[in-house]
Amino acid sequence: MELGVKDTKLHVKIKTKKNIIEKMKKQKTLIIMSIPFIIWVAVFCYAPLIGWLIAFQKFKPAKGIFDQTWCGLDQFKILFTDPTFFIVLRNTLCMAIINLTFSFICSIGFALLLNEVRRVLAKKFIQTVSYLPHFLSWIIVTGLVQMILSPDPGIINQILLGLHLISKPINFFADPKYFWGIVGMTNVWKEVGWGSIIYLSAITSINPDLYEAAEIDGAGRFKKMLNVTLPGIKPTIIILLIMNIGNIVNAGFEIQYILGNGLIQDVSQTVDIFVLKYGISLGNYSLATAAGIFKSLISIVLIFIANRFAKSVGEERLF
Amino acid sequence: MAGIKKRSRHDKIWDTIIGIFMAIFVVVTLYPILNTLAISFNDGIDSVRGGIYIWPRVFSLQNYQTVFHNPKLTQAAFISVSRTVIATVVQVFLTAMLAYVLSRKEFIFKKSLSVIYVLTMYVNGGMIPTYVLMKDLHLTNNFLVYILPGLVAAFNMIVIRTYMNGLPDGLVESAKIDGAGDFRIFIQIILPLCKPALATVALFIAVGQWNSWFDSMLYCAQSPSLTTLQYELMKVLSAATQQGGAGTADMVKNSGSIVTSQSIRSAITIVTALPIIFLYPFLQKYFISGLTIGGVKE
Repeated sequence: MELGVKDTKLHVKIKTKKNIIEKMKKQKTLIIMSIPFIIWVAVFCYAPLIGWLIAFQKFKPAKGIFDQTWCGLDQFKILFTDPTFFIVLRNTLCMAIINLTFSFICSIGFALLLNEVRRVLAKKFIQTVSYLPHFLSWIIVTGLVQMILSPDPGIINQILLGLHLISKPINFFADPKYFWGIVGMTNVWKEVGWGSIIYLSAITSINPDLYEAAEIDGAGRFKKMLNVTLPGIKPTIIILLIMNIGNIVNAGFEIQYILGNGLIQDVSQTVDIFVLKYGISLGNYSLATAAGIFKSLISIVLIFIANRFAKSVGEERLF
Repeated sequence: MAGIKKRSRHDKIWDTIIGIFMAIFVVVTLYPILNTLAISFNDGIDSVRGGIYIWPRVFSLQNYQTVFHNPKLTQAAFISVSRTVIATVVQVFLTAMLAYVLSRKEFIFKKSLSVIYVLTMYVNGGMIPTYVLMKDLHLTNNFLVYILPGLVAAFNMIVIRTYMNGLPDGLVESAKIDGAGDFRIFIQIILPLCKPALATVALFIAVGQWNSWFDSMLYCAQSPSLTTLQYELMKVLSAATQQGGAGTADMVKNSGSIVTSQSIRSAITIVTALPIIFLYPFLQKYFISGLTIGGVKE
């Protein structure tokens, strides 16, 4: 009996091997079509991963990557004893958390309120307006922020002056205490409409019977929004929250890079700016790569934690 | 009866609150854009007095004339347009080809190749290793650096493949019986049927290309003839926060001081945003459909 089973297994193995070669012959065109893509992804997506070795070397750009002096974890030691690195790490995490919280609450709130707009045409118009900033580049958005917050005075200073809340225009870009708020608000302005799309589509799939039942119980529209719509999109909220956790180390780069200046650099510089400054401007490739790797590691750990968490609350996993 | 009346009054109050909120929202979203537009069309010296909101006070085209007569900016605009057009055409075609290969259920490397590509969404080498690679490949100060590194994006591939998976299987099978090869089936049968998905992906790529500036700064800063419009705007803006408008100083000087750095900045901002603001209302539906297709992961 047992021998027979083994025999058929072997037979199947030989057969599948033959099958694979035959299949490959049959799918010649598909294989030829995919070769350029394999080469491309190897060169442009996976070759840079070899570049992580730079972090363990004293890298000199003139020499090839395998002819460098190795230095073990020295670069990481330098990195973790550099007080600037902790400042940029703190800035990155704080700004990312502010951005995430602000844009989450605002997108959900906006979706809920937009859902209450009853005129179809008005709703369409508001939606169109709300997506627009998403497609403008960060450069343009930063330019607009400079304009409205300008101490020249821009509109915000004019309003504050008009309400007699301040006696002279505030220079928002010279005072460290405003910077994180500016970044957070700009992020909301740019992404709130786009972020709400997914919630709006989740709202449309809520069972209409629930609203009817709530109505019979005497709930007004505000109560229905709070007790039917909001719980209805809760699964979507949780999934998106989890998906965004891996992004916590990405606080953005453009707005901090452009608006940052000597007066506020202690709050404006992020890990990416640190990498750019040390790596490209100062030519210290190894230290900058080490900082980049550290950032990627945090991100990977966070994604795994999020994935675990998603599994434990019974939501769909990401991968 | 009384209950219904009470409820409808509540409804009215609620409608008013929503209406006011949405009105504020629309104003807050549009005001910065309209304000910049107004200042860009206003006389530069007059703008310094302040008080311009959404309509120019002293109408002038001087700012735009200064911008369009600046050879650096026109060259940058040319580069931006070229990279957008070339990259969109090439990338859409290649992304669709990969999507076709990976949509063929019988393809033996379907699974492994898919995983290799999907992983690129999560793992990347980071700024410095990529920079070193580009340098080694002689792609720095080279126009190709705008096209090659982003040739195929996994997300776009998934969008097109999801659409292809929705097409009936019989299409490919009957074409095969007629003796057509895979490449011909892809070009002549599948590609024309995927137009909506291709349009969506084309728009994602085009907007990304038009808006990108970081590659320009990182790889092409030393060759002034290869910089993009967004990067030139970025230089002007960051000079404005740091040294009070030095970035436009030469332009202001050359124009015989009819324009100011603020009005020039507005004009450049509008020129850079124009293609998107202009095309956006027409293309909106493709963006949205792309987002919903992309959301359906396998």
